[in-house]
Amino acid sequence: MLSSLRSGVKGLWRTSARSLQTTAKLQHDSLFVHRDSPEDNPSIPFEFTPENQKRADALLEIYPEGHKRAAMIPLLDLAQRQNGGWLPISAMHKVAELLNLPRMRVYEVATFYTMFIRRPIGKYHIQVCTTTPCWLRGSDTVLNAIKEATGCEVGGNSPCGKFSISEVECLGACVNAPMIQVNDDYYEDLTVEDSKEIINKLKKDEKPKPGPRSGRYASEPLWRFDLAHRTTDRTWLWIAGFT
Amino acid sequence: MCLVEIEGMWKPQIACAMPVAKNMKIRTNSEVAYKAQESVLEFLLTDHPLDCPICDQGGECDLQDLSMKFGSDRTRFTDIHFEGKRAVENKNLGPLIRTEMTRCIHCTRCIRFASQVCGLDVLGTAGRGGEMLVGTYVDKMFLSELSGNIIDLCPVGALTNKPYMFKARPWEINRANSIDVTDATGTNISVNYRFNRVLRVLPRENEEVNQEWLSDKGRWSIDSLDIQRLVTPMYKCNDCLVATEWDIVLKMVSKQLKCTKPFDIMAIAGPYCNAETLVATKDLLNVLGSEHTYIERNVDYSEAVVDIRASYSLNICMKNIALSDKILLVGTNPRFEAPVLNARIRQAYMFNECDVYVIGPKCEYNYHVEYVGQSVKDLSNAKKYLQNAKSPLIFVGIDQLQTPNAVTLMRELIRISNSLKKSSDWKVLNILPKEASFAGALEAGWKPGGLKAIQSLKPRVILSLGADDVFRQWSPPKDCTVIYIGFQGDSGAACASIILPGSAYTEAGGTFLNMECRSQYAQPAVSPPGKARYDWKIIRAIAEYCQICLFYTDPDSICRRLAQISPNFVSCGTCQKRLFEDLIPQLLANDSSDCVGQPFDVCMKKLKEYYCSDIYTSNSPTMVKAQKAVMKMEKSPYCHV
Repeated sequence: MLSSLRSGVKGLWRTSARSLQTTAKLQHDSLFVHRDSPEDNPSIPFEFTPENQKRADALLEIYPEGHKRAAMIPLLDLAQRQNGGWLPISAMHKVAELLNLPRMRVYEVATFYTMFIRRPIGKYHIQVCTTTPCWLRGSDTVLNAIKEATGCEVGGNSPCGKFSISEVECLGACVNAPMIQVNDDYYEDLTVEDSKEIINKLKKDEKPKPGPRSGRYASEPLWRFDLAHRTTDRTWLWIAGFT
Repeated sequence: MCLVEIEGMWKPQIACAMPVAKNMKIRTNSEVAYKAQESVLEFLLTDHPLDCPICDQGGECDLQDLSMKFGSDRTRFTDIHFEGKRAVENKNLGPLIRTEMTRCIHCTRCIRFASQVCGLDVLGTAGRGGEMLVGTYVDKMFLSELSGNIIDLCPVGALTNKPYMFKARPWEINRANSIDVTDATGTNISVNYRFNRVLRVLPRENEEVNQEWLSDKGRWSIDSLDIQRLVTPMYKCNDCLVATEWDIVLKMVSKQLKCTKPFDIMAIAGPYCNAETLVATKDLLNVLGSEHTYIERNVDYSEAVVDIRASYSLNICMKNIALSDKILLVGTNPRFEAPVLNARIRQAYMFNECDVYVIGPKCEYNYHVEYVGQSVKDLSNAKKYLQNAKSPLIFVGIDQLQTPNAVTLMRELIRISNSLKKSSDWKVLNILPKEASFAGALEAGWKPGGLKAIQSLKPRVILSLGADDVFRQWSPPKDCTVIYIGFQGDSGAACASIILPGSAYTEAGGTFLNMECRSQYAQPAVSPPGKARYDWKIIRAIAEYCQICLFYTDPDSICRRLAQISPNFVSCGTCQKRLFEDLIPQLLANDSSDCVGQPFDVCMKKLKEYYCSDIYTSNSPTMVKAQKAVMKMEKSPYCHV
């Protein structure tokens, strides 16, 4: 009886292993072709500001002659920062011109890395992590709260033009889940209230304090965890697999 | 797909990225290797549309062949979310290349070809992972003189031939091995035809000549063969051409020839004549008593040009150009004059650190060049650039040899090339002809300088073998009868009194000598349209009507005649050694020029001038479309590479 059940289950397993299982595809939220728009077209000139030009020269200085193309990513980043968080096509052309490379080689790099954003975005680019640890700690509610507060959809801009939301994969702050990144700053250990507060402050162009919201300094344990206490803690022994 | 099993490694390895080591035991056909290859193929096929029935590549598709070899007979692809397979929007790569990017399997061959061989970094990959796109990112066309080759490179139907779209399947097509006549490189081609119509032209591999490339002109100007064709014999009556029968026109021609003093008869050959026609025509004229056989092209720096091969041809084997380390281009742009040869120069530039110097106007080259001058005066200056080279090359455009400066130019170049250190079998000085018939005609004993000869000899009867260019610059006077033997009714036929419809290279085939004087035989593909006949047979018939016996009647006997004239004609595929090269300096004509400061001019400087450069190509609708596309592209903000 049992053996026949086992073989039946095995058979089921075998048939399901034969066919390829696919999950719903999560499409990338940006296009990999360029389309001219009033905000982004090659006739809009792009020049580095004198200050950034100095930085660009310094970046180019790092790399030896013949290997200047290694400066492409820093230069694109510089251009993106100068242009308010996104990279227009003319900035790519400018970088290609600086590096004396075919434009396509710059397009390739700019489209490969997700941190180069090739569409006009708001002043505050909110990246919400929804990978497993954050998701387990309630990133969905955080995401919904932020969507509601900004009136903005994932991959879009808010009506006021100030915010853009992206759903991103792990940003490496899993200990402080759930978390969001606004431009260069991490906001961690978030609750729905925290996220609303952050958005409200940003709306007023105040800078919320970056870092964890749970009161801890960084990613140390949330509760006090002293050595003397631990030796007598039966729970710890159980967790550690001793009993 | 190149996974192989290597003994000692328990996983299959990627062959193309695996360095070879000593005592490595590689199995390409073991069960593990096959299994691994099969799995990769299965992944390729999950994102590849199942549209073989409507795909132009069907039948000559690498992926199809692999699926036949490895593929599972049933799919494991279950689309449980009903999302469909990957779909990618198409690109506009211009009027020559059709794209269906959904079929792309991201092998990046087109990208590498464009970047390495064409020198045009227009294609690339945008994005990454499952959404990677092969394309141009911006709205831009891929226009190059060798662009058609990416169609042959594409292993699937992502890039297909636009003018040939949905015309035929590869298994219905007949193939004839032929030679391209749109330039002088003698590119080996395979003419694909069906129901007596030429459908497309593909390159044929020949490591000595064209590697596996073909210029766009050679590939796509074939639709010109349907335009303005001469299909019936005609004669002029009251300024009107009247169609008639062969018997009547041949009688008229023979009467005309017999009633004219022999030295008033002249023959002039156009750019597409095969050696058979040239030999037959020369025989006919010689028997009639005339020595006036001329080609349109003028090369007059020496009286002895005709006799010494080294003085009018490419003296180095095309294959060896890639070994050069310093190249000087004098008044030429090989990129458009000989695209296949230019690929070798680019090869030298890419892989042999070759420096290229140019004396001449600014042109679109696809490698970095240093402009070191404009005219003959700057030659002495250019010498220092080649001084330290191990294997230097000088290329002279044939156009420069018909200017008054030709003698000074050649004297200077010979001096430079003699002064350079090089191995004894390395020939420095090379001349780049442009016409497919050029070397063949000179080999057969024709003389250069048709226009000059016409003007000085004032012939009464001109036998024109498809010569058009001359008649653009000179129109025959009233008392001169032009007999036009050719396939296209353009300026040459317009001023002719009698038109005899000949056949094109796809119909007649024949022997062609390329710029290295390498003799190659083109097989005829289709039969001539209407009442058109093979050119050399027309000449043979004229001789018959003139009561002259030319002792050849069939391909075999004319082949024997070719061998009598020059054994080089019949030793197909070989490159003959250059002889008497050292006599050239002594045979140079006297310097007569006083305008050495005059800058060189190059006909095809830019890509837009490439497509419609002569009468045959400007009659081709595809070439006209390509030219328009280039002009449109020039206005685009993305035209910069």
